[in-house]
Amino acid sequence: MPPSKPDTVYFFGTCLIDLMFPKAGVSAIQLLQRAGIKVIYPQAQTCCGQPAWNSGYRAEARKVARAQIALFPKPLPIVIPSGSCAGMMKTHYPELFKGEADEAQALDVAGRVYELTEFLVDVLNVNLKDLGEPVEIAVHTSCSARREMGVADKIEQLLGQLQNVKVLEQAYKPECCGFGGTFAIKQPEISAAMVADKTMHLRNTGATQVVSQDCGCLMNIGGAFEYQAKHQNKKALSTQHIAEFLLQRTSSPSPSTGEGHRMGVAEVKS
Amino acid sequence: MKTEFRIQVDQALGKQDVRAHFRKAMDTLMTNRRNQFPDNAELQRLRDQAQVIRANALSKLPELLEQLEANLTQNGIHVHWAETTDEANDIVLKIMQKHNATWMIKGKSMVSEEMGLNHFLESKGIEALESDLGEFIIQLDGETPSHIIMPAIHKSKEQIAKLFNEKFPDIPYTEDVDTLTRTARDILREKFYNAPVGLSGVNFAVAETGTLCLVENEGNGRMSTTIPPVHIAVTGIEKVVEKFSDIPPLLSILPRSATGQPITTYFNMISSPRKQGEKDGPEEVHLVLLDNGRSRIYSDPELLATLRCIRCGACINHCPVYVRIGGHSYGTVYPGPIGTILEPQKSGLSVHGELVQASSLCGACGEVCPVRIPIPNIINRLRYEGVHQEESSVLDAGSKRKPMEAITWKAWSWAATHPSMYNLGSNLATQVRKLVPNHLGAWTSVRTAPAIADKTLHQQLKALGVDHE
Repeated sequence: MPPSKPDTVYFFGTCLIDLMFPKAGVSAIQLLQRAGIKVIYPQAQTCCGQPAWNSGYRAEARKVARAQIALFPKPLPIVIPSGSCAGMMKTHYPELFKGEADEAQALDVAGRVYELTEFLVDVLNVNLKDLGEPVEIAVHTSCSARREMGVADKIEQLLGQLQNVKVLEQAYKPECCGFGGTFAIKQPEISAAMVADKTMHLRNTGATQVVSQDCGCLMNIGGAFEYQAKHQNKKALSTQHIAEFLLQRTSSPSPSTGEGHRMGVAEVKS
Repeated sequence: MKTEFRIQVDQALGKQDVRAHFRKAMDTLMTNRRNQFPDNAELQRLRDQAQVIRANALSKLPELLEQLEANLTQNGIHVHWAETTDEANDIVLKIMQKHNATWMIKGKSMVSEEMGLNHFLESKGIEALESDLGEFIIQLDGETPSHIIMPAIHKSKEQIAKLFNEKFPDIPYTEDVDTLTRTARDILREKFYNAPVGLSGVNFAVAETGTLCLVENEGNGRMSTTIPPVHIAVTGIEKVVEKFSDIPPLLSILPRSATGQPITTYFNMISSPRKQGEKDGPEEVHLVLLDNGRSRIYSDPELLATLRCIRCGACINHCPVYVRIGGHSYGTVYPGPIGTILEPQKSGLSVHGELVQASSLCGACGEVCPVRIPIPNIINRLRYEGVHQEESSVLDAGSKRKPMEAITWKAWSWAATHPSMYNLGSNLATQVRKLVPNHLGAWTSVRTAPAIADKTLHQQLKALGVDHE
């Protein structure tokens, strides 16, 4: 059972968003704030530990994970704008801390983790009002959102509320984009083949834009689109994190610059 | 420098026609499976049931194997134990020699592939003729299976037509599948009647009754095990189940997961040699139980789940890596996700340890496994074993450890547990982001380099006054 709407949540931004996609993090927080939620962002947060965990360096991963666990002492939900980092905390922390002295704390944190779209739909029950121009987009759901978190349908539920947004179906939708963290580096040829197919299927939808709830996938897919546009004369679709997309669609353009967002205009209430 | 695996992968990825063929074949199998399980709740219930049956059998494997041996022996079946594939091959050879047999006909058996039986027998002057259509085709071409249930899935109809024309020049060239099948059937039919020995695998061995169960589609399994006077079955020790009533649930989920068939075409139950007054069946039946590293896997409570496998191949059919590189690239007997976890455990991480990196951990394999083997978790565990030398049940643990990599993770861990250092580092990265090289090894061979933001999320949120603790 999801909790009733809380007053306050913790926000875990993820290291990838911190350094590469901060706009996704800011947008996610603004979406939460707009729904009347106070957001606490522990400044000492770094990384969930997933890269080391998936590479077999469990002690190193545990050390980093332990430092994050200490940042969420109050019994508040922890919202994460990433299926894979949420999956790490929710499904792998219990494995990582099995038999450790702080296993109970790890389990407690794991039990409070929500992927952003899951939180917006299941806990906040948001009601979005589309203020944007008609657009046709494609959605990429990350494997971790789909399988580790089981929240693949939440992103579509949110997009379904936006009147002017048409989600086009692509072939092989549930298939991995080929990122897989270190997989892209350790087996680059297979990863390249996978992202080539993924970008082709996304392009074939005729969409102009791709949204996803995972910046790892977006870095892979977006990077491949850019490369193909540069070197293969192919059309590049723009890529965007779902938080950024939702915020943009539901905020009215700022009168001074014609872009940017004015907060609290669109109706987002539980 | 590219590893042997990556070189094979490169070659496979370059064959566009084969890749297209694989994709089509796997798409069909995935669709067929999906159609077999329209009700997800029902599928999950069946998976639970199958998992419990297999886990229960493994939880008392030693006792069940003893019971199986006792019951088989009582039924008149000779039971042999082989710790290694060499021992298993020798056992088969001795049986052949005892009967002065110069050739055998084979039903499909992945364990015999594991043993390298055909090559071994050939070196002793004994011919082993494959009778499963797929196996027959690849044997003609001197190849190994590229899939555990569809060994010739990598070949197109046209390739098979050419191969048959080359090997049987008397028969007119045709691409008609029915005619090609009939050709193979005509050749094999005569062989079944004359074979001195037939060999098969085993899908399930029932401890309670001493019964060997064989699932197949073509009838060749039945003929290989019924017509020749001597039948030799080979199986891994993990294939035992406790009770006869365990069979129907497994038999229901196996073909549906594998090929998407509602039921198998043939289900053979072998419980004894021919009895007095019976009109058919072999006069002598042998079972060779092969360990080949399985008891080592058995000894680890987490890795033990590997042995639940009922060899349906669903994980292979749904794997985005397998569909692109094909079965032969793995360089193993068992390809795909199940091979990725089974082969390094069987042969050691120093031999097949790289395979555990050949996964994006997308989880598709675990999602479809009918006995719920947590394949991604086991891959993760084997990655751990690859870089740790502590006492381990896994062969060659630590053999994949690279000093530079280990130091890098230590440094990463230090930085990520010292927020001031982490922030200093990331802030510094934003300052020099224009200087970051555009070429980042393998990443930028097909993608542009990821761009560092001009301000980190930490910095932006501080500026926005978001509450921080």
